[in-house]
Amino acid sequence: MKAFAALIDRLIYTRSRNSKLALIADYLKHTPDPDRGWAIAALTESLDFSAVKSAMVRTLLATRVDEELFRLSRHFVGDTAETAALLWPDAPGAQADLTVAAAVDTLSTATRATAPAILASLLDRLDADGRYALLKLALGGMRVGVSARLAKQAFAQAFDVPVDDVEELWHAIAPPYAPLFAWGEGRAERPDLKDVAFFRPFMLAHPLEEATVDLADFAAEWKWDGIRVQIVHVGGQTRIYSRGGEEISAAFPELVAAFDQDAVIDGELLVRGDAQGGEAASFNALQQRLGRKTVSKKMLAESPAFVRVYDLLAVDGNDLRPLPWTERRRQLEAFVPRLADSHFDLSQVIDADDFDDLATRRAGARDAAIEGVMLKRRDAPYVAGRRAGLWYKWKRDPLTADCVMMYAQRGNGRRASFYSDYTFGCWSEDGELLPVGKAYSGFTDEELKWLDKFVRDNTLNRFGPVREVEKSLVLEVAFDSIHSSKRHKSGLAMRFPRISRIRRDKPADEADRIATLLAMVT
Amino acid sequence: MAKPKPWLEPHPHGLYVKPADLWIDPSRPVERAAVTHGHADHARSGHGAVFATPETLAIMALRYGVDVEASRNQAFPYGDGFERGGVRFSFHPAGHVLGSAQILMEYAGERIVITGDYKRRPDPTCAPFEVVPCDIFITEATFGLPVFRHPPTSDEIGKLIGAVRAEPDRCVLVGAYALGKAQRVMAELRAAGWDAPIYIHGAMEKMCALYAAHGVDLGELRLVSETDKAAMAGQIIVAPPSALNDRWSRRLPDPVTAMASGWMRVRQRARQRMVELPLVISDHADWDELTTTISQVNPKETWITHGSEDGLLRWCELHQRTARALHLVGRDLEEEV
Repeated sequence: MKAFAALIDRLIYTRSRNSKLALIADYLKHTPDPDRGWAIAALTESLDFSAVKSAMVRTLLATRVDEELFRLSRHFVGDTAETAALLWPDAPGAQADLTVAAAVDTLSTATRATAPAILASLLDRLDADGRYALLKLALGGMRVGVSARLAKQAFAQAFDVPVDDVEELWHAIAPPYAPLFAWGEGRAERPDLKDVAFFRPFMLAHPLEEATVDLADFAAEWKWDGIRVQIVHVGGQTRIYSRGGEEISAAFPELVAAFDQDAVIDGELLVRGDAQGGEAASFNALQQRLGRKTVSKKMLAESPAFVRVYDLLAVDGNDLRPLPWTERRRQLEAFVPRLADSHFDLSQVIDADDFDDLATRRAGARDAAIEGVMLKRRDAPYVAGRRAGLWYKWKRDPLTADCVMMYAQRGNGRRASFYSDYTFGCWSEDGELLPVGKAYSGFTDEELKWLDKFVRDNTLNRFGPVREVEKSLVLEVAFDSIHSSKRHKSGLAMRFPRISRIRRDKPADEADRIATLLAMVT
Repeated sequence: MAKPKPWLEPHPHGLYVKPADLWIDPSRPVERAAVTHGHADHARSGHGAVFATPETLAIMALRYGVDVEASRNQAFPYGDGFERGGVRFSFHPAGHVLGSAQILMEYAGERIVITGDYKRRPDPTCAPFEVVPCDIFITEATFGLPVFRHPPTSDEIGKLIGAVRAEPDRCVLVGAYALGKAQRVMAELRAAGWDAPIYIHGAMEKMCALYAAHGVDLGELRLVSETDKAAMAGQIIVAPPSALNDRWSRRLPDPVTAMASGWMRVRQRARQRMVELPLVISDHADWDELTTTISQVNPKETWITHGSEDGLLRWCELHQRTARALHLVGRDLEEEV
């Protein structure tokens, strides 16, 4: 537990992605099985000990620590697991060699009745850092910024194996992943994935930078603004994966139930909206359904999900990925009718005469859920990641607005000494400046230096890490779309806002008005 | 609930000793002030006359231009004191920073000790805390919650040295309060065998010299402003906390940001400060030190001045000790001086 506790402690304070990768890779290389497997499962929130709950920990603590002192401490610390870890009295002989595996084994035998005594006996064997690690492992909510994707990359880095292979194998093997480590260390063959609903890494696109492509070589499809998903059904098991390989089946039970064919599809998950006449709604509507462990009936009725299918990766036990797009498309068109049309439809190929015609159609697309156009090389196989020349995304031209900088905040890591996160606003009818968004990208290093100096020279107020600035600088902000939002005073929320230009030439009172932005809402 | 004493009045801006017409650690200028130690939230400028240890007076001279030579300002070594208006005042080591003192007041057969800030663990830069028996013990409570248990200082210094050695192309920048904490970190590094030059922010230069002049050996110190960026790779830099994320830090080679403070015990606090390497090193008593000290002094009453009064009050209640909270203002808890 000592090495695991040290790892999560380091991860909490490490902000750079590369440093996180190095820390996890180092841990995986130097920790024996099965501890490292359980540890990585805990980091990626893949463990669930349903008998251990926050309220139970509080009750347990009351047996050792005065309740009032716990309450005051919890209020100060702001986190139950951390408070409990710090308050639990050190027992003699603490930090005896309790392994992660032993903790997991013991916790998994716990019932609601036995959990308090089991947890107490484990806490008695650890010091404060070990107790923190144990409680986070038991309760979940690690919050150390480690996604499944990052963990897989760390694994690939640790054992010098292709990350695509790790992606595939990861979901096929249960924690503590012993066959995965054996393969990584060259002690065993690659595990056999027949009859396993494993994740295939997605094929991704580059932004289109060429002026034109030949539509004889490339097929065009709409790029829908939902979330990219992969649905796998094999051996009676259905799993839905998001782009990072995270399993999101629980949030979309209607799709799990509806997908009953032995196949693997790649598609865009969207929800239907009333405002769109039952057609695909904007990303904003979809957001309500993301990140849920369970879904209410009301939500299922109000925002029903469906998948617009782009590609067919496997069917009836055959891997189609090596085949060219044209052949996969032919099989896809034959396959989609096997699925319930209430939950699955086929992404249409845009039948454009030539590239200019395609450009015209793209410019004219007003559908709320269309993000742009995808261009796919007709002879390309389905390959993991972003390969040059095979797929392009050609997003709709961004919308822009001239906004006024209102607040600035310092960045992280390399940008810790720079005011690099800006909140900006537009004018209301009453001449009040209301915040409409926040951006921290789009500028060059030189521009950042200039912006940082502007903030320092024009500070009106300081609120902790935030500075309020003189409302004098106009920023041209680019964004993909804009939606109404109850969370913001302006009633607006931008998607992917970034600073496109600094308009030193423009007086602040000539910046855009809220009404102008409202007219852009989809 | 303890009753106030007619001869000692707690006011929001300090304690007033009525028969002596004298204030202790007042946060605004007064005619006569006895000062426990040199931190800005206890020692202010502009008093008519200051009574303090020689080291505290020297620190006040450096920081506020207090005239040490002026006869109205009087210095008393530990164990020594003076009498005024029938009250006998004496100064006793508090173990907080160089020159820090508890002040014992004896009046009409009653003994009251005010601790100022204090700690119990060893500190190579100042005299250790002495237990002074008394009737009323007025204690600080900066870390008056049981979540605050500072680990051994040598473990934290070990972490610091380990971090520098782990990444020799970078440097470690330690945020430490310019009076006391900075010098203690340096002295502890020396004790742990770190004999390379320590690089410092210009704002610390004079205070470090003052410590050296008082016999605290900090080894070789160099100014960051006079050193090439590349020469600081693999080295330890000490700067005031305010400089950590300031433009000043851009002159350092890819610094790992560390901070030496008791608040670093709480992970989210450390994260909020953008700290990568939290070092739990404090000049204040932790929970165990506070409660042990109250037990050892064993006063009739405990008065609690600043910090988490509620936590320590609750402890006193649980241990059948008479206690009350004094609500003094202007104590700068967030920066933990």
